[in-house]
Amino acid sequence: MAERTISLKVARYRPEHRPDQYFDEFDIPYREDMVILDALNHIKDELDGSLSYRWSCRMGVCGSCGMMVNYKPRLTCSTFLREFYPKPIVVEPLENFPVVRDLVVDMTSFMQKLQSVKPWIIRHVDPPMEAGEYLQTPAEVEQYKGFSMCINCMLCYAACPVVGRDPDFLGPAVIALAHRYNMDSRDQGEAERQRAIAVDWGIWDCTFIGECSVVCPKDVDPAAAIQREKVAKTTNTMLSMLLPFGGHE
Amino acid sequence: METLQHDIVIVGGGAAGLRAAIAAAQASDALSIALVSKVYPMRSHTVSAEGGAGAALGPDDSPDLHAFDTIRGSDYLADQDAVEAFVAEAPGEIVQLERWGCPWSREPDGRIAVRAFGGMSVNRTAFAADKTGFHLLHTLFQTSLQFDRITRYDEFFVTKLLVEDGRCAGLAAIDLRDSEVRCIAAKAVILCTGGLGRIFAFTTNGSICTGDGMALAYRAGVPLKDMEFVQYHPTGLPGTGILMTEASRGEGGYLINNQGRRFLEGYIPGKMELGPRDILSRAIMQEIEKGHAFQGPYGEYVHLDIRHLGERTIDEKLPFVRELAEKFVGIDPVHEPIPVRPVVHYMMGGVDTDAMGKTRLEGLYAAGETACVSMNGANRLGSNSLTECLVFGARVGLQAARDALEAAVPAANPLAQLAEEEEQRLLSSYLDKRGGGERIAPIRTDLQRTMERGAGVYRTEESLKEAVEEVRGLAERFRDVAMDDRDRAFNTELVSALELGNMLDVAETVVVSALERRESRGSHTRRDHAERDDEHYLKHGLAFARPEGPRMEYADVSITRWPPAERKY
Repeated sequence: MAERTISLKVARYRPEHRPDQYFDEFDIPYREDMVILDALNHIKDELDGSLSYRWSCRMGVCGSCGMMVNYKPRLTCSTFLREFYPKPIVVEPLENFPVVRDLVVDMTSFMQKLQSVKPWIIRHVDPPMEAGEYLQTPAEVEQYKGFSMCINCMLCYAACPVVGRDPDFLGPAVIALAHRYNMDSRDQGEAERQRAIAVDWGIWDCTFIGECSVVCPKDVDPAAAIQREKVAKTTNTMLSMLLPFGGHE
Repeated sequence: METLQHDIVIVGGGAAGLRAAIAAAQASDALSIALVSKVYPMRSHTVSAEGGAGAALGPDDSPDLHAFDTIRGSDYLADQDAVEAFVAEAPGEIVQLERWGCPWSREPDGRIAVRAFGGMSVNRTAFAADKTGFHLLHTLFQTSLQFDRITRYDEFFVTKLLVEDGRCAGLAAIDLRDSEVRCIAAKAVILCTGGLGRIFAFTTNGSICTGDGMALAYRAGVPLKDMEFVQYHPTGLPGTGILMTEASRGEGGYLINNQGRRFLEGYIPGKMELGPRDILSRAIMQEIEKGHAFQGPYGEYVHLDIRHLGERTIDEKLPFVRELAEKFVGIDPVHEPIPVRPVVHYMMGGVDTDAMGKTRLEGLYAAGETACVSMNGANRLGSNSLTECLVFGARVGLQAARDALEAAVPAANPLAQLAEEEEQRLLSSYLDKRGGGERIAPIRTDLQRTMERGAGVYRTEESLKEAVEEVRGLAERFRDVAMDDRDRAFNTELVSALELGNMLDVAETVVVSALERRESRGSHTRRDHAERDDEHYLKHGLAFARPEGPRMEYADVSITRWPPAERKY
């Protein structure tokens, strides 16, 4: 039996050679247990060493290898060729990001947004270390645990039409991370964080399309996080109007 | 060339590097700290650690008991002063991470929960389900974002330590975005670049684990210590090498052979599945040799069976194991046993440091898997490495901060010149290189096969001598490497070439160190020298770089309160 093959159309961008994006097509040996990343590695190792892309853990947790696979944002280490075989597969860099080279996108603005929502524990008073850990019951952990599972793969940014329209939108993962700290019983920084996210380019920019939660490989549900932050902000604002001394801010 | 000035520059943004950065930032607001990493910090391989972080936290535990377990696990090669420092500071670090927001799994009353782990005599492994490394890394990274005095150089590949006047005074690094070489000067340079698992064919390690920091230190004249001690984890998925955490056994999982037996009865009946990794990996290899293993397309394997734990416990305590097994081998461990075989996981050896992370080169420090303190000796216990990154990351950060506050600013001029020479070398060897008859990938693949064959779980004089010759032959071939890619924008072929150069250097120290240790101890098992030989080899091996290959020296092991004894379980 002849060796089975599959065709990959891979987006290339090499600004030192030509100004536009173009596609290279590669036929590679096909196996049932191969993922898209294996195919890219086959191309780089055997056919064209100049193809550039990011990857590391190949077990779906480092978040490096997100790309558009047949026009959908996917982790390439966890997406099998067999899902598409025998049809050809198109691999492109993540949507809604500037492209640096081939399949490598520019994450600078994502990293700035991440830092802007203060994703760390904020306390008014910190007990001395000798006091030991903060107690937190399993039920309290459950309040934020799901939102702490984000691997920063940015698939949700590639899927989000609002990010596509407004590059300044803080975006799903970053707001979900702010929500994760706001929901943590150890944290007292909700007001500070709300100042960072309850803005036109933050939670109010989201039109609740929900694609972020659909594509999330870790079931983080950023769409729910954004809606809950909208409700929390509205409640806090109303409380501060009704109870000038008792409201959240 | 412009010189970027900082007080401290840390290479590597995993658990050790981030913990060092935060410790230095908290030590003084006068310090400027650079964090240089070839990947964004949250991509670092800490992210893949699963099972947990060990520390004597519980009422039935004590630092001394943790120390004894660690030393016995190390087959008495650990430096006991380093182990004592480690166990004393470990609980504080777990609590510190808790204070920073790490989502540790909890007891019903809200305290940090602990689970059983291999080679530990009580439950002392703190965990965040089975994504402990992921949570620890993100907690540290996010916490580090609040310090303006930490400047990150993300996606910069360090190619050389700049040594001036007998002192490490900075480094040269390539900015991957445009392939420009930058000179970063500092009073203290800390290496936290993780392990080297990728020199082997079958490993749990991500693609970035290529021994970079070890190679940098080695070329700068600092010896690599105990490089023969490579840890095989007993339970990796055949084919990919993806780790099935030891917590699967900590929570009660079984290892079963093709006779349907819990075969560890025949090897370590006192501990069974909770034995240390070196002993369990050898047991599986022996079952394979006896024909007691299953046959698969990616070699023989045994079964890791967690079905009896039940779906609820699996989902609560081992959700990642279920996710990985379902996704990558199509097996739901709630209903089927998981195929596993021993897989290269961790490097006990590394850059020779003291218990504060200082190397013998002034201005150069190391911590985490890159370093060999040594607290792991000949075999590391599961869940000690995340804590090691925290304890020794914090120590090295503090030590470097103290030293940097007293040190003079390195002169920019000779340094910039050194960096310019490095730039010329990189251009002529890679980016502007013409010709060459070898491709990167085949050399790398041959290296990985050589290491697996010559320096695997079982080793002999013959297999190691062959491996030494082969590694040297591959280094020769590497000199003739050809480049497909000469672009300046994000040239990952250049990164692969630089990594392969590092891998070849550290691989040579592994096989030479292993050849010269003619005994069996911990993870280093010689078929031709089956016994431990304290008379000749209760020593650390130190590999010093020479053009013709490493020169070995030996140093005493620090023994404080636990005299070497037979390792019994």
